[in-house]
Amino acid sequence: MSPALITFGALVRKDLETFLLDRRALVVSVVTPILIAAFFGSLFGGDGQASLSRVPVALVDEDASELSRALAADLAADGALAVVPLGRAEAERRVLAGKLGVAVVLPRGFGHDAPRALFGGSLKPAVLLYYDPSQGLARPLLEGLLTQHVMERVSREVFSATGSPALVAETLAAVRANPGIRPATVADLSQVLEAVRRLQAHAAGDPAAAAGGTLEVPFSLSATPLAAGPRYNGYAHSFAGMSVQFILFMGIDAGVALLVMRQTGVWRRLSAAPVSRAMLLGARVAGTTLVALVILALVYLAAALCFGVRISGSVAGFALVAVAFAVLAATMGLMIAALGRSVAATRGIAMLVVLLLVMLGGAWVPSFVFPEWLQQVALVMPTRWAVDGLDAVTWRGQPFAAALLPAAVLAGFAALCAAVALARFDDRAG
Amino acid sequence: MSLVADGLEKRFGTTPAVAGVSFEVAAGEVLGLLGPNGAGKSTTIAMLAGLLAPDRGQVRIEGRPLGTGADPLKRRLGLVPQEIALFEELPARANLAFFGALYGLAGRALATRIEAVLELTSLTDRARDPPREYSGGMKRRLNLACALIHEPAILLLDEPTVGVDPQSRNAIFETLVALARAGRTLVYTTHYMEEVERLADRVVVIDHGRVLADDSVARLIDAAPAASFLTLELAQPPLPETLAAVARLAGVGEVALDGRRLTVAAADLGAAAPRVLEVLAAGGCRCEALESRRANLEDVFLSLTGRSLRDP
Repeated sequence: MSPALITFGALVRKDLETFLLDRRALVVSVVTPILIAAFFGSLFGGDGQASLSRVPVALVDEDASELSRALAADLAADGALAVVPLGRAEAERRVLAGKLGVAVVLPRGFGHDAPRALFGGSLKPAVLLYYDPSQGLARPLLEGLLTQHVMERVSREVFSATGSPALVAETLAAVRANPGIRPATVADLSQVLEAVRRLQAHAAGDPAAAAGGTLEVPFSLSATPLAAGPRYNGYAHSFAGMSVQFILFMGIDAGVALLVMRQTGVWRRLSAAPVSRAMLLGARVAGTTLVALVILALVYLAAALCFGVRISGSVAGFALVAVAFAVLAATMGLMIAALGRSVAATRGIAMLVVLLLVMLGGAWVPSFVFPEWLQQVALVMPTRWAVDGLDAVTWRGQPFAAALLPAAVLAGFAALCAAVALARFDDRAG
Repeated sequence: MSLVADGLEKRFGTTPAVAGVSFEVAAGEVLGLLGPNGAGKSTTIAMLAGLLAPDRGQVRIEGRPLGTGADPLKRRLGLVPQEIALFEELPARANLAFFGALYGLAGRALATRIEAVLELTSLTDRARDPPREYSGGMKRRLNLACALIHEPAILLLDEPTVGVDPQSRNAIFETLVALARAGRTLVYTTHYMEEVERLADRVVVIDHGRVLADDSVARLIDAAPAASFLTLELAQPPLPETLAAVARLAGVGEVALDGRRLTVAAADLGAAAPRVLEVLAAGGCRCEALESRRANLEDVFLSLTGRSLRDP
């Protein structure tokens, strides 16, 4: 073996030995991401087989009418909601305490007023919503579902064959007496309501005629998870995110260790050997890259064995993204060593930067929950490309081509870090 | 193997660190490089080790110019840095194997060298332990062993005994004596004059980046303004006229008074001492204690630079 290869091998092997001997680093880099990814993965739907969690909602029925009771039953039957019937005071108290995200109050007279307000002219019942501002998603969800169920129930009451003839007659009279509706429109609406009255009269005489005569939602909804892989696995995204985060942490450690080497004379000793700076730095990048790949392999092994995460797409694509990201982590470490001055300050600043990178890169929560401008910012985060690349070839089941762009972007960031490191890596301390 | 520093100059920004340092170390010679902090010793060592390229001048080994980076001539050099430059978490043997591999050593040759340097530095029993479990002295010994692993012909030592207890310092020093006897060329920087006096064949004194003196220890001391010093602890400080009378005595050089402590430099102590005591007695000064010593490198350094080697 040539002396250069012996030297290069020794430099790389030393980095691996150092990492493996440091139990703290092993725990932080391998066990911690597994634990955190397991936690986040379970929040984001686990292995995809668990049912979606339902939003708890308090329902205060102060009307207790036939319509309000029917509406309560509709809401309770909705798979997205977990309805808790409560009195108004208790509902307010629980929302205020954050125990419930939202409460809806159906006021007295709701069942009488709502159908009559369908064409305006009558006082609309004021439905109250109490919501916890810290659980912002619950309110729009309930608003949507409440509107859907009220419209279904009220329009069925007014327009269907099984509806109330008295209500139709009353509505017809109200429409005709409403000066706010133009005469031509009154004539059209009268024809519609007369037709409904005839329909109800036929149904009263012949119940079979009522069959199919109720109003329905005019479409059927079929939800299909779109993933080329066998099925969505929430753990896959979390493991991608946490791997990215902790490998970057390892990159910081590697950079700080190099900074320490420069400050303690070790770098002087290395430079005194007949070894070029290019080889010293190149071997450092190679060593850190290998450590990053070891971490990634161990974390994904745990993900596969314990949480069913699979590389459903291209294995070669996974390897490509993994290597590109590992090189990025290594060159980032090199840049830290080149730019850093004091160890404590360098570590602190680097940790902050990495946390921002992983947060904005969607490693913790999916980036679609970000404001729009932040989503644009996330596009320039290398972490976003790393997570997207790993997601693409794991649970999304994408082919090799899907890994090319993320890998290329990561390689570009790595080249940038390396260029900055080489430009700033002077021999001031070595 | 000879080592030549030929007109070395190095600036950091606008500050000149080394301003024209030249000297030669013959094969098998031990050279002491003396200078206070900031004198330019470490920068000179860095250029001698091929860590820094001089702005001007050249380092030559056996007549061949030394470069930085991967210059194979560096295999002839071993550097013992001032700092403990080790991987604290790797066992001593792994440290030695690593630094040996940097010089292309592998297999049986590397294993043989590891055993040899462990033996030389008396670390064989602790070879499996990482340096973080070592005492300061043991770390210094391993620091030295790592520089010797590839059997360099020239050893550059940058304050190799700084901050260690006397016993460990002595152990390191014995190792260096053995290396010198074995014919290694040593360039040795230190604050400890007695180490240089005991080990060095020749001394180069550097200050402000320039060579102030370059000669053997004996000749440097011979050339000192005073060959000997007499120090007297007096019962009370002498009167100014008594002090002036002492200074006027034939063969007496510099006279320094520090409280009740009087130091007198003399070319011939045997002749000067009785006369000094006589004048002091005549001036009413009773001598409570007296000691004499020959001039040493510290005095040479003081006379050359106007400051002590251990000044901050």
